[in-house]
Amino acid sequence: MASDVAHAHDVHAHEEHHEHHDTFITKYIFSTDHKMIAKQFLITGILWAFVGGLLSILFRLKLGFPDMDYSWLKPLLGKWVSMQDNGTGQLDPEFYLAMVTMHGTIMVFFVLTAGLSGTFSNFLIPLQIGARDMASGFLNMLSYWFFFASSMIMLASFFLDGGPAAGGWVVYPPLSALPQALKGSGSGMTYWLVAMTLFIVSSLLGGINYITTVINLRTKGMTFSRLPLTIWAFFITAIIGLLSFPVLFSAALLLVFDRSLGTSFYLSDIFINGQALDHTGGSAILFQHLFWFLGHPEVYIVLLPALGITSEIIATNARKPIFGYKAMIGSILGIAILSFIVWAHHMFVTGMDPFLGSIFMFLTLIIAVPSAVKAFNYITTLWRGNIRYTPAMLFSIGLVSLFISGGVTGIILGNNALDIYLHDTYYVVAHFHLVMGSASFFGMVAGIYHWFPKMFGRMMDEKLGYIHFWMTFMGVYLVFFPMHFIGIAGFPRRYYEFSAYAAFRDEVYLNLNSFISIAAAVTFGAQLIFGFNFFYSIFRGRRATQNPWNSNALEWTAPINAGHGNWEGQIPFVYRWAYDYSKPNCEKDGFTDFIPQNVPYSMTPHSNLPHENEMIEIEKEEMIPHDTTLSTLSVLAKK
Amino acid sequence: MNSLIITLIVVLVLAVFLIIFRISNLAGILRSKGKDVEEIDTTANNINAYLFLLLPLLGTIAAFWYAAKHATLWGQPDAVSHGAAYDSLSKVAHIVIILMFLITNAALFYFTFKYRHKKGNKATFYPDNTKLEIIWTIVPAVILTVLVFTGWKLWRDVTKDAPSNAMLVEIMGKQFNWIARYPGSDNKLGGFNFRYTDDVNEMGLDFTDKNVNDDFQATELHLVKGRPVRVQIRARDVLHSVSFPHFRQKMDAVPGQPTKMWFTPTKTTEEMREELRKNPEYLKPDPSTTKGKPEDVKARWETFDYELVCQEICGRGHFSMRMRVIVHDEDDYKKWLAAQKPFVESNKEYVAKKIEAITKDKAGKISIENSKKVNKTN
Repeated sequence: MASDVAHAHDVHAHEEHHEHHDTFITKYIFSTDHKMIAKQFLITGILWAFVGGLLSILFRLKLGFPDMDYSWLKPLLGKWVSMQDNGTGQLDPEFYLAMVTMHGTIMVFFVLTAGLSGTFSNFLIPLQIGARDMASGFLNMLSYWFFFASSMIMLASFFLDGGPAAGGWVVYPPLSALPQALKGSGSGMTYWLVAMTLFIVSSLLGGINYITTVINLRTKGMTFSRLPLTIWAFFITAIIGLLSFPVLFSAALLLVFDRSLGTSFYLSDIFINGQALDHTGGSAILFQHLFWFLGHPEVYIVLLPALGITSEIIATNARKPIFGYKAMIGSILGIAILSFIVWAHHMFVTGMDPFLGSIFMFLTLIIAVPSAVKAFNYITTLWRGNIRYTPAMLFSIGLVSLFISGGVTGIILGNNALDIYLHDTYYVVAHFHLVMGSASFFGMVAGIYHWFPKMFGRMMDEKLGYIHFWMTFMGVYLVFFPMHFIGIAGFPRRYYEFSAYAAFRDEVYLNLNSFISIAAAVTFGAQLIFGFNFFYSIFRGRRATQNPWNSNALEWTAPINAGHGNWEGQIPFVYRWAYDYSKPNCEKDGFTDFIPQNVPYSMTPHSNLPHENEMIEIEKEEMIPHDTTLSTLSVLAKK
Repeated sequence: MNSLIITLIVVLVLAVFLIIFRISNLAGILRSKGKDVEEIDTTANNINAYLFLLLPLLGTIAAFWYAAKHATLWGQPDAVSHGAAYDSLSKVAHIVIILMFLITNAALFYFTFKYRHKKGNKATFYPDNTKLEIIWTIVPAVILTVLVFTGWKLWRDVTKDAPSNAMLVEIMGKQFNWIARYPGSDNKLGGFNFRYTDDVNEMGLDFTDKNVNDDFQATELHLVKGRPVRVQIRARDVLHSVSFPHFRQKMDAVPGQPTKMWFTPTKTTEEMREELRKNPEYLKPDPSTTKGKPEDVKARWETFDYELVCQEICGRGHFSMRMRVIVHDEDDYKKWLAAQKPFVESNKEYVAKKIEAITKDKAGKISIENSKKVNKTN
């Protein structure tokens, strides 16, 4: 339904249009409502997550059970399973690489960038800062549809004759530039490049909107120092994306030139398939520099929103203010700035000048400090809390654990001397899957559980949520923890099998690999529980109350099924930060254990801190006389 | 028939789950009716809290138990002069991070458990503490700085120029094998040009360069115990990576951009096998030998070899792009060396033709250059 506010305006403006009903197309497809666009991103992201997860199970089977008969997967994989004389099916090694590549691309970009930022930045920014919508609803809509087009092209590449791109998600040339070198570098790679270009467009359109909205459309009283940490995280993430995605675009563009127009940006001195190519003077390393100039900030593009979501959920469910709000903002800023000057730690063994390697080692290890501060602050937030375990809270605590466990190995890998041995081994796979992949995924799932009532007006089933969490949490550790051992043994990434090397032929490693694969399959199975819970609850879940988690943030003051425009009547003003949980003496002011952001200090004389009492005068002069929402406030705030 | 039965069972199990879910759902709704305020389900809350204490504890114990059980297996045995320094740095760094991992996770899960919701409890309003913040900014910073500086020293030792007495080898990666080239008696590698590559001249050698004449090629890498080796690395088609897990060295092979590394092997292949024989983990059979007759089964120490592992994705055969590495003592190496014949000698006819082609090619380039100049002046 259109919002009543917009409705009222329409009645005034054009009398003949007073029947202002959205059609199916304007409401669900070409919607400009940020909430609907967020849901579009979310559902697309969830579907992609299942595709990406399924791919990982398919190739994990090969790694865990090298002699497995793939013939039962022939109906799904078609010609990529070749039948042997003895009747067993063999997975094609190039399709194995294609699956690894697409798993990475899908998870990093389509799930954890679009699915996470796209969903929650869109959904929460206007609702939490008190805006009716994004600065430009139209650009926002375009952002989704570019993402959708990108998705369709990427999906289509699976059905190409040569298969999808297969040179790893980093698509290093010359491998990705030469169809002679790899089937997937033919039209599969072309599709990849086109899809990623559209994705970058989508990302930039979204990012510009997020930044503009946060800067310009905050409601009265919502200063930057009162923004919830979610918004800080989304805001900084958007800035990182805006600065780094264009570099990926240029890297991709030069790769397109090299592939199609015969230029030599990345190619030089190549003899392949009995033929010396004409390319001279290019540098394959240049691509890596450009790629990782995006690629490393991308890690934080993926992670920061998850950390922002976690901050909000942990504070709400521990019933405590987030510890060190300013330090949290400081560390987000620190991480954001440092993320741009650490990229070459992905390239310690590319032949880069060793001196440059030293510089990047120092810079890389500095970034561990703000990350550590964040972890400590989360732990302190839990200390002496009164913790309620909603599924969202469970996933947030899980995130902190994964963030620590994956983060500490970064100290090893960032140390370039130690990286020589561990570079491109399963140690790296374990590291980033914990700290970036799983942690961000947990943030995304936590966000879904937490804001589901706001999105769909219904609750997800908590018990299924608990089962989902424990299976996923244990599963993630069982999958990625053993990978450290395999990594320390030097097992290389992106290997179809390991039997060629005496160094890797040990039954312990074989067993560990089988164990990991089984754990991965079970963990993936647990996600089906989530899928069921999610889609079932959209239609049949219990109806949500106005503020089911007793949260302070502004989104819970909006109607349960808010229309386009979010609030009926005036947008509430903001008088305080979002973390006044369990404030001393708040009972005397008539509140249980939380004071929402739209409650003026003048209504809470008993619980105000000294500097907050000073704000009362300003409030009374500048804000309260104009705030028409205050009359209904007591009903909302006091349960 | 089997698959039909399995499908039926799966469908039935799913249906049962669905029914249980729906019933518990409805029961929940009935139970919550009559209460105006939604209360926190303390039982579920406590179960989650205890699980947070129990499962991570069990998991950690299991992980440590398994790690200890195969303590002599993990990693690869080292056979390089900087190996001890590498391994001890790795050990220290790992002890530090394991402590961090244990302490922070323990605090996280303990607080999670201890401060679970209890009726009537109220959380402590504790928004910040500058002193604490400063402490846990500085402490990690100091620990990191110490680790960084120890790592930095090793990094400089490993990446500095090779000693002057080092032997020289060139390794070239191509889809999907490695070729090594030794400089011969003059200790100089002859020139090459990728355009001269063909099926015979796989490394694109420039036979008009005199230094090529005594170069010889090998498909296995032969090194000498105790003698530093300088490795020049290049790639012919796509990126590859020269990784020697036992020598703790790794360097990418990049087309058009030669790279290098050096190291000093400290144990011959035979010595390493004898050493591994004392390690119970290496008395187990090599899984690749267990599929045939029982007498063919070999222990892992017997099949041990130093290896060159390709560690940068390079295409279909990436996973099998292996080169065997043999470390000799001086005498054995000399014997092997004596048996090697320079490429030019064993391919005399081919080289003669190729020299003609190369000379023509070089002259042709000059004439093209000249004609360009002529065109310009016109």
